[in-house]
Amino acid sequence: MQLSREDLLKAYRDMRTIREFEDRVHDEFAKGGIPGFVHLYAGEEASGVGVCMNLDDRDKIASTHRGHGHCIAKGCDPKAMMKEIYGKRDGLCGGKGGSMHIADLSRGMMGANGIVGGGPPLVCGAALTAKTLKTGGVAVAFVGDGGSNQGTTLESYNLARVWNLPVVFVVEDNGYAETTASAWSVGGSQKKRAEAFGMPGTEVDGHDFFAVYDAARQAVEFARSGDGPSLLHVKLDRHYGHFEGDAMTYRAEGEVEKLRQDRDALKIFRTKVSEAKLLETGQLDEIDAEVKELIDQAVAESEAAPPPGEEDLLTDVYVSY
Amino acid sequence: MSNKSFRQAINEALAQEMRRDPAVIVMGEDNAGGLGAPGEDDAWGGVLGVTKGLMPEFGRERVLDTPISESAFIGAAVGAAATGLRPVAELMFVDFMGVCFDQIFNQAGKFKYMFGGKAVTPLVVRTMFGAGFRAASQHSQCLYPIFTHIPGLKVVIPSSPYEAKGLMIQAIRDDDPVIFLEHKVMYDDEEEVPDEPYTIPFGEANLTREGGDVTIVAFGRMVQFSNQVADKLEKEGISCTVVDPRTTSPLDTDTILECVADTGRLVVVDEANPRCNMATDISALVAQEAFGALKAPIKMVTPPHTPVPFSPQLEDLYIPTPEKIEAAVRAVAGA
Ligand SMILES: Cc1ncc(C[n+]2csc(CCOP(=O)(O)OP(=O)(O)O)c2C)c(N)n1
Ligand SMILES: [Mg+2]
Repeated sequence: MQLSREDLLKAYRDMRTIREFEDRVHDEFAKGGIPGFVHLYAGEEASGVGVCMNLDDRDKIASTHRGHGHCIAKGCDPKAMMKEIYGKRDGLCGGKGGSMHIADLSRGMMGANGIVGGGPPLVCGAALTAKTLKTGGVAVAFVGDGGSNQGTTLESYNLARVWNLPVVFVVEDNGYAETTASAWSVGGSQKKRAEAFGMPGTEVDGHDFFAVYDAARQAVEFARSGDGPSLLHVKLDRHYGHFEGDAMTYRAEGEVEKLRQDRDALKIFRTKVSEAKLLETGQLDEIDAEVKELIDQAVAESEAAPPPGEEDLLTDVYVSY
Repeated sequence: MSNKSFRQAINEALAQEMRRDPAVIVMGEDNAGGLGAPGEDDAWGGVLGVTKGLMPEFGRERVLDTPISESAFIGAAVGAAATGLRPVAELMFVDFMGVCFDQIFNQAGKFKYMFGGKAVTPLVVRTMFGAGFRAASQHSQCLYPIFTHIPGLKVVIPSSPYEAKGLMIQAIRDDDPVIFLEHKVMYDDEEEVPDEPYTIPFGEANLTREGGDVTIVAFGRMVQFSNQVADKLEKEGISCTVVDPRTTSPLDTDTILECVADTGRLVVVDEANPRCNMATDISALVAQEAFGALKAPIKMVTPPHTPVPFSPQLEDLYIPTPEKIEAAVRAVAGA
């Protein structure tokens, strides 16, 4: 493990920011303040942060419909994100995209995606750019267990292999695609699928930041050094429904309570760093308070922010027309 | 006869046809739901509950949940249709046609012709469309003009619960591939719907209002808006005929032309983007076939040539409204 104290503090801050952001969006959605379809990443923080801690400004990621966590992990501004989710004019995408389309290309974040399987081909393209222009960059596709069954994803595995692209496919397996269990929907195993396409596949405990970080570091180094694509099968849990408003009747009685109790990425991180005496609890509590303050501000500013107006309706369709 | 929602009307049509014909099957993502999961079976019945209750009655052999592999399962529905089943496959949002369109337009839509008339592909693709849900650019499009463009496909847009039930039963019994488009903001609309099965033929427009001054042709949810406008303007002495073609392919051109011959004035209301949509198609038809009958230029009411925006304020500006339809009717009526 090559993580400095600063790295650990950043990892915790990012994970806490995601959790606080998502918990708050959940509450505000329930109050009726947030429009549209909203898919929350709470519970999956260790994956996005564990992967993105290995990336730098040269690197690109493509996300899914469950994209808030990936955005924060790649350095998007939480306040501008919140405004976007509220549909406001100075949101990250001018209020035109919303939760499912948050993007910040200046941060290498190529967008959440409303189309399951939309990201993997795009990431092959980003990796092709990096390879062609010799930027040294790598590209990461986050894919759900459900998205792992999309043709675009499987075609991308092959393309990335035969073009030897610097790609990491991160299959975030939270056990469900909507109501359908990944145990049913995924034929074969993610790892063996990767191997069948000629790339390494690794199974990772997605509740453990350190496990994700280590596996991702190897995969990113593999890609960066020109060895081509690889796949991480990250097993984790989502704390909320598929989208906000989902009653989750397909889950077992007490399932969510139990996983929040026993497999919470933030709790596990706190325990690990305190037991190893890497960080003090007080520092972590301080981060919690700061993050809460930030998200409070983000919500207050978003509520107060002006919406786009008629003059914004026809803009942004083309570069020139 | 009883009061039923748009959702219930479609559900009832599916259930009645499945009872009648064992070759009818239903498939789609989470059409029952809960497959392999520890909790409730039939947990969703489709993302907005349209297929709820079918799996408990007909079993998972006839209500198939699918992986997120539209190209494979829509294609499988095409292949099953060509070989003896009558599948009703759900493409959850029409926007997802992008990942499976080949199976629809190059395969299903062309079998009959390419195979010299020998193939029969009795497929229904049910799919949600339309703006107003704050669902943003990739979950709000109309896209029916694209299907309409393809010879071999039939394209249905029900405008009310009554229409939905009769058109769905017709779609299932029809021997051609049918794209059945359900406007997502209409699922809770209610009206009296017969309990027994009935069909509404394709290519026969419905006149939801009759009047002598202006013809309004509209599709789906826009029929409802146009009816509101007709009712309002009637009180002011502008009487409108509202034509709901019900299907964009086949299109009941005779009725449209007859109505225009009567009124001499035409407004076409289309929620699809304005280039190459139904409004331009019908305007061209009328300009070509009934130019002499026109007393005023045709008006089209459509959204702008942009993707559907997320922000509620922008989306409300994007969607054609009764106000915009009313303004167009007044303009062509010269009132
Ligand atoms: C092409 C396409 N098909 C279906 C959907 C509808 N849909 C959105 S999310 C989702 C489930 C995705 O499951 P998974 O990939 O496991 O991601 P998770 O939601 O669990 O994060 C489905 C079916 C979609 N948005 N795009
Ligand atoms: Mg999943």
